[in-house]
Amino acid sequence: MRFGVIVFPGSNCDRDCFNVVKDVLKRPVEYVWHQETKLDHLDCVILPGGFSYGDYLRCGAVARFSPVMAAVKNFAGRGGKVLGICNGFQILTEAGLLPGALIRNRALHFICRHVTIRAENVKTAFTRKMKKGQLLNIPIAHGEGNYTCDQATLNELKRYKQIAFTYYGENPNGSTAKIAGVFNKKRNVLGMMPHPERAAEGILGSENGLNIFKSLIS
Amino acid sequence: MAKVKIYVTPKQGVLDPQGKTVEAALHTLGYKNVAGVKIGKYIELELNARPADREKQINEMCKKLLTNPVIEDFTFQVVEA
Repeated sequence: MRFGVIVFPGSNCDRDCFNVVKDVLKRPVEYVWHQETKLDHLDCVILPGGFSYGDYLRCGAVARFSPVMAAVKNFAGRGGKVLGICNGFQILTEAGLLPGALIRNRALHFICRHVTIRAENVKTAFTRKMKKGQLLNIPIAHGEGNYTCDQATLNELKRYKQIAFTYYGENPNGSTAKIAGVFNKKRNVLGMMPHPERAAEGILGSENGLNIFKSLIS
Repeated sequence: MAKVKIYVTPKQGVLDPQGKTVEAALHTLGYKNVAGVKIGKYIELELNARPADREKQINEMCKKLLTNPVIEDFTFQVVEA
Protein backbone atom coordinates (compact mmCIF):
# COMPACT_ATOMS: atom_id res chain seq x y z
CA MET A 1 0.00 0.00 0.00
CA ARG A 2 1.55 3.24 -1.17
CA PHE A 3 0.77 6.52 0.61
CA GLY A 4 0.98 10.13 -0.53
CA VAL A 5 0.95 13.11 1.82
CA ILE A 6 -0.26 16.26 0.11
CA VAL A 7 1.63 19.43 0.92
CA PHE A 8 -0.25 22.70 0.54
CA PRO A 9 1.41 26.02 1.24
CA GLY A 10 0.78 26.28 4.98
CA SER A 11 0.44 22.56 5.74
CA ASN A 12 2.30 21.84 8.97
CA CYS A 13 1.44 18.27 9.92
CA ASP A 14 2.71 16.79 6.65
CA ARG A 15 5.96 15.61 8.20
CA ASP A 16 4.21 13.99 11.15
CA CYS A 17 2.00 12.00 8.76
CA PHE A 18 5.00 11.10 6.59
CA ASN A 19 6.90 9.93 9.67
CA VAL A 20 4.08 7.68 10.88
CA VAL A 21 3.76 5.94 7.53
CA LYS A 22 7.48 5.62 6.88
CA ASP A 23 8.92 4.87 10.33
CA VAL A 24 6.02 3.42 12.29
CA LEU A 25 4.01 1.58 9.62
CA LYS A 26 7.11 0.98 7.45
CA ARG A 27 5.20 1.54 4.24
CA PRO A 28 6.22 3.48 1.13
CA VAL A 29 5.23 7.13 1.27
CA GLU A 30 5.94 10.30 -0.69
CA TYR A 31 5.12 13.97 -0.48
CA VAL A 32 2.75 15.27 -3.15
CA TRP A 33 3.07 19.00 -3.87
CA HIS A 34 -0.26 20.78 -4.26
CA GLN A 35 0.47 21.56 -7.89
CA GLU A 36 0.82 17.95 -8.93
CA THR A 37 -1.99 16.30 -10.82
CA LYS A 38 -1.09 12.59 -10.83
CA LEU A 39 -2.07 10.29 -7.99
CA ASP A 40 -2.65 7.10 -9.97
CA HIS A 41 0.33 5.28 -8.45
CA LEU A 42 -0.96 5.77 -4.88
CA ASP A 43 -3.42 3.77 -2.79
CA CYS A 44 -4.03 6.27 -0.01
CA VAL A 45 -3.77 10.03 0.00
CA ILE A 46 -3.50 12.02 3.24
CA LEU A 47 -4.48 15.67 3.46
CA PRO A 48 -2.60 16.83 6.55
CA GLY A 49 -3.37 19.48 9.12
CA GLY A 50 -2.09 23.02 9.10
CA PHE A 51 -3.20 26.38 7.82
CA SER A 52 -3.33 25.98 4.05
CA TYR A 53 -3.19 29.36 2.33
CA GLY A 54 -3.18 30.99 5.75
CA ASP A 55 -6.80 29.87 6.31
CA TYR A 56 -7.74 33.03 4.38
CA LEU A 57 -11.42 33.54 3.57
CA ARG A 58 -12.45 30.25 5.23
CA CYS A 59 -10.37 27.25 6.32
CA GLY A 60 -9.74 25.12 3.24
CA ALA A 61 -11.60 27.46 0.88
CA VAL A 62 -8.58 28.33 -1.22
CA ALA A 63 -6.77 24.99 -0.99
CA ARG A 64 -9.75 23.25 -2.48
CA PHE A 65 -8.92 24.93 -5.80
CA SER A 66 -5.30 23.72 -5.81
CA PRO A 67 -4.52 21.69 -8.94
CA VAL A 68 -4.06 18.55 -6.86
CA MET A 69 -7.64 18.71 -5.60
CA ALA A 70 -9.10 17.84 -9.01
CA ALA A 71 -6.86 14.78 -8.93
CA VAL A 72 -7.99 13.96 -5.37
CA LYS A 73 -11.63 14.07 -6.53
CA ASN A 74 -10.90 11.66 -9.37
CA PHE A 75 -8.85 9.47 -7.06
CA ALA A 76 -11.70 9.30 -4.54
CA GLY A 77 -14.18 8.69 -7.35
CA ARG A 78 -12.19 5.62 -8.38
CA GLY A 79 -12.30 4.30 -4.83
CA GLY A 80 -8.86 5.49 -3.67
CA LYS A 81 -8.60 6.04 0.09
CA VAL A 82 -8.49 9.65 1.20
CA LEU A 83 -7.81 10.69 4.80
CA GLY A 84 -8.22 14.36 5.71
CA ILE A 85 -6.98 15.37 9.14
CA CYS A 86 -7.94 18.70 10.74
CA ASN A 87 -7.27 21.28 7.99
CA GLY A 88 -7.40 18.34 5.58
CA PHE A 89 -10.95 17.62 6.82
CA GLN A 90 -11.88 21.27 6.30
CA ILE A 91 -10.53 21.13 2.74
CA LEU A 92 -12.54 17.97 1.99
CA THR A 93 -15.79 19.59 3.14
CA GLU A 94 -15.06 22.75 1.15
CA ALA A 95 -14.36 20.56 -1.88
CA GLY A 96 -17.69 18.81 -1.46
CA LEU A 97 -16.06 15.42 -0.94
CA LEU A 98 -17.56 15.25 2.54
CA PRO A 99 -20.86 16.69 3.77
CA GLY A 100 -21.21 19.55 6.25
CA ALA A 101 -18.81 22.31 7.24
CA LEU A 102 -16.47 23.23 10.08
CA ILE A 103 -17.07 26.53 11.79
CA ARG A 104 -15.54 28.44 14.69
CA ASN A 105 -15.39 26.54 17.99
CA ARG A 106 -18.35 27.30 20.22
CA ALA A 107 -16.14 28.97 22.84
CA LEU A 108 -14.20 30.85 20.11
CA HIS A 109 -10.72 29.90 21.26
CA PHE A 110 -8.19 27.50 19.76
CA ILE A 111 -8.23 24.17 21.58
CA CYS A 112 -5.11 22.02 21.77
CA ARG A 113 -5.35 18.98 24.03
CA HIS A 114 -6.09 15.28 24.20
CA VAL A 115 -9.73 14.21 23.92
CA THR A 116 -11.48 10.87 23.90
CA ILE A 117 -13.31 9.85 20.76
CA ARG A 118 -15.54 6.86 20.13
CA ALA A 119 -15.43 4.69 17.00
CA GLU A 120 -18.97 4.64 15.59
CA ASN A 121 -18.59 2.61 12.41
CA VAL A 122 -15.84 -0.01 12.40
CA LYS A 123 -16.75 -1.68 9.13
CA THR A 124 -14.62 0.56 6.94
CA ALA A 125 -11.09 0.54 5.55
CA PHE A 126 -10.12 3.19 8.11
CA THR A 127 -11.59 1.58 11.20
CA ARG A 128 -11.68 -2.19 10.72
CA LYS A 129 -8.99 -2.81 13.34
CA MET A 130 -11.20 -1.29 16.02
CA LYS A 131 -14.15 -2.58 17.98
CA LYS A 132 -17.46 -0.76 17.80
CA GLY A 133 -17.59 1.83 20.52
CA GLN A 134 -13.84 1.62 21.12
CA LEU A 135 -12.50 4.74 22.81
CA LEU A 136 -9.41 6.44 21.46
CA ASN A 137 -7.23 9.02 23.19
CA ILE A 138 -6.19 11.42 20.42
CA PRO A 139 -5.31 15.13 20.51
CA ILE A 140 -7.25 17.91 18.81
CA ALA A 141 -5.70 21.24 17.82
CA HIS A 142 -8.08 23.60 16.08
CA GLY A 143 -9.95 26.88 16.17
CA GLU A 144 -12.54 25.85 13.58
CA GLY A 145 -13.52 22.30 14.40
CA ASN A 146 -17.18 22.77 15.16
CA TYR A 147 -18.84 20.34 12.76
CA THR A 148 -22.06 21.74 11.37
CA CYS A 149 -24.71 20.38 9.07
CA ASP A 150 -28.46 20.70 8.68
CA GLN A 151 -30.95 18.15 10.03
CA ALA A 152 -31.45 16.50 6.63
CA THR A 153 -27.70 15.93 6.27
CA LEU A 154 -27.47 14.61 9.83
CA ASN A 155 -30.27 12.14 9.10
CA GLU A 156 -28.38 10.98 6.01
CA LEU A 157 -25.13 10.65 7.93
CA LYS A 158 -26.91 8.37 10.39
CA ARG A 159 -28.78 6.40 7.76
CA TYR A 160 -25.66 5.63 5.74
CA LYS A 161 -23.49 5.11 8.84
CA GLN A 162 -21.22 7.94 7.79
CA ILE A 163 -20.38 9.10 11.31
CA ALA A 164 -16.88 7.77 11.93
CA PHE A 165 -16.06 9.20 15.36
CA THR A 166 -17.84 11.19 18.03
CA TYR A 167 -16.40 13.01 21.01
CA TYR A 168 -16.89 10.93 24.12
CA GLY A 169 -18.03 12.73 27.25
CA GLU A 170 -17.59 16.42 26.72
CA ASN A 171 -18.17 18.13 23.37
CA PRO A 172 -15.05 20.30 23.12
CA ASN A 173 -16.03 22.53 20.21
CA GLY A 174 -19.82 22.43 19.96
CA SER A 175 -19.98 19.99 17.03
CA THR A 176 -23.41 18.86 15.86
CA ALA A 177 -24.16 15.42 17.37
CA LYS A 178 -20.63 15.52 18.86
CA ILE A 179 -19.24 14.55 15.46
CA ALA A 180 -15.44 14.34 15.32
CA GLY A 181 -15.11 12.62 11.94
CA VAL A 182 -17.27 11.59 8.97
CA PHE A 183 -17.06 9.32 5.93
CA ASN A 184 -18.43 9.91 2.48
CA LYS A 185 -21.23 7.59 1.38
CA LYS A 186 -18.83 5.06 -0.16
CA ARG A 187 -16.70 5.26 3.00
CA ASN A 188 -13.43 5.57 1.12
CA VAL A 189 -13.01 9.18 2.26
CA LEU A 190 -12.60 10.02 5.95
CA GLY A 191 -12.28 13.47 7.46
CA MET A 192 -11.56 13.95 11.15
CA MET A 193 -10.57 16.85 13.38
CA PRO A 194 -8.47 14.82 15.90
CA HIS A 195 -4.87 14.11 14.89
CA PRO A 196 -4.17 10.35 14.77
CA GLU A 197 -0.64 11.03 13.53
CA ARG A 198 0.11 12.78 16.82
CA ALA A 199 -0.96 9.69 18.77
CA ALA A 200 0.91 6.97 16.92
CA GLU A 201 3.96 6.40 19.12
CA GLY A 202 4.20 5.65 22.83
CA ILE A 203 6.65 8.46 23.38
CA LEU A 204 3.92 10.91 22.35
CA GLY A 205 1.61 9.74 25.12
CA SER A 206 -0.81 7.64 23.08
CA GLU A 207 -0.69 5.08 20.31
CA ASN A 208 -4.44 5.02 19.77
CA GLY A 209 -4.19 6.91 16.49
CA LEU A 210 -2.29 3.98 15.01
CA ASN A 211 -5.57 2.05 14.84
CA ILE A 212 -6.56 4.12 11.82
CA PHE A 213 -3.27 3.65 9.99
CA LYS A 214 -3.16 -0.06 10.83
CA SER A 215 -6.70 -0.51 9.57
CA LEU A 216 -5.67 1.08 6.28
CA ILE A 217 -2.84 -1.38 5.69
CA SER A 218 -4.61 -4.47 6.96
CA MET B 1 -15.82 49.33 -14.06
CA ALA B 2 -18.29 48.68 -11.28
CA LYS B 3 -17.65 48.35 -7.59
CA VAL B 4 -19.25 45.30 -6.01
CA LYS B 5 -20.05 45.15 -2.31
CA ILE B 6 -20.68 41.64 -1.04
CA TYR B 7 -22.10 40.89 2.41
CA VAL B 8 -21.65 37.39 3.79
CA THR B 9 -23.64 36.30 6.86
CA PRO B 10 -24.04 33.01 8.74
CA LYS B 11 -26.99 31.12 7.36
CA GLN B 12 -30.26 31.09 9.30
CA GLY B 13 -30.08 28.22 11.78
CA VAL B 14 -26.29 27.91 11.74
CA LEU B 15 -24.73 28.63 15.11
CA ASP B 16 -22.77 31.88 15.08
CA PRO B 17 -20.48 31.70 18.11
CA GLN B 18 -19.02 35.16 17.43
CA GLY B 19 -22.45 36.76 17.15
CA LYS B 20 -23.60 35.04 20.35
CA THR B 21 -20.54 36.20 22.29
CA VAL B 22 -20.82 39.78 21.09
CA GLU B 23 -24.53 39.83 21.85
CA ALA B 24 -23.81 38.69 25.41
CA ALA B 25 -21.16 41.43 25.71
CA LEU B 26 -23.63 44.07 24.53
CA HIS B 27 -26.13 42.84 27.14
CA THR B 28 -23.40 43.12 29.79
CA LEU B 29 -22.91 46.74 28.73
CA GLY B 30 -26.57 47.35 29.48
CA TYR B 31 -27.95 47.21 25.93
CA LYS B 32 -30.62 44.71 26.88
CA ASN B 33 -32.76 45.60 23.88
CA VAL B 34 -30.28 44.05 21.41
CA ALA B 35 -30.99 40.66 19.83
CA GLY B 36 -30.03 38.60 16.80
CA VAL B 37 -26.39 39.71 16.51
CA LYS B 38 -24.70 38.03 13.55
CA ILE B 39 -21.14 38.52 12.47
CA GLY B 40 -20.28 38.12 8.83
CA LYS B 41 -17.85 39.41 6.25
CA TYR B 42 -17.72 42.29 3.87
CA ILE B 43 -15.95 41.77 0.55
CA GLU B 44 -15.38 44.55 -1.96
CA LEU B 45 -14.15 44.12 -5.51
CA GLU B 46 -13.99 45.89 -8.83
CA LEU B 47 -15.58 44.14 -11.75
CA ASN B 48 -15.03 44.87 -15.39
CA ALA B 49 -17.98 43.17 -17.08
CA ARG B 50 -20.97 44.17 -19.16
CA PRO B 51 -23.81 45.29 -16.89
CA ALA B 52 -25.99 42.44 -18.15
CA ASP B 53 -23.38 39.83 -17.18
CA ARG B 54 -22.45 41.16 -13.78
CA GLU B 55 -25.08 39.55 -11.65
CA LYS B 56 -24.51 36.08 -13.05
CA GLN B 57 -20.76 36.30 -12.50
CA ILE B 58 -21.07 37.64 -8.96
CA ASN B 59 -23.49 34.88 -8.02
CA GLU B 60 -21.14 32.33 -9.51
CA MET B 61 -18.09 33.67 -7.66
CA CYS B 62 -20.01 33.79 -4.39
CA LYS B 63 -21.19 30.20 -4.69
CA LYS B 64 -17.86 28.79 -5.85
CA LEU B 65 -15.38 30.55 -3.60
CA LEU B 66 -16.46 33.64 -1.70
CA THR B 67 -19.03 31.87 0.47
CA ASN B 68 -19.72 28.33 1.61
CA PRO B 69 -23.42 27.73 0.85
CA VAL B 70 -23.58 25.08 3.59
CA ILE B 71 -23.11 27.71 6.30
CA GLU B 72 -23.36 31.17 4.73
CA ASP B 73 -25.78 33.44 2.88
CA PHE B 74 -24.82 36.45 0.84
CA THR B 75 -26.25 39.60 -0.66
CA PHE B 76 -24.52 42.12 -2.89
CA GLN B 77 -24.77 45.60 -4.24
CA VAL B 78 -23.32 46.91 -7.49
CA VAL B 79 -22.20 50.51 -7.44
CA GLU B 80 -21.14 52.25 -10.65
CA ALA B 81 -17.61 53.53 -10.19
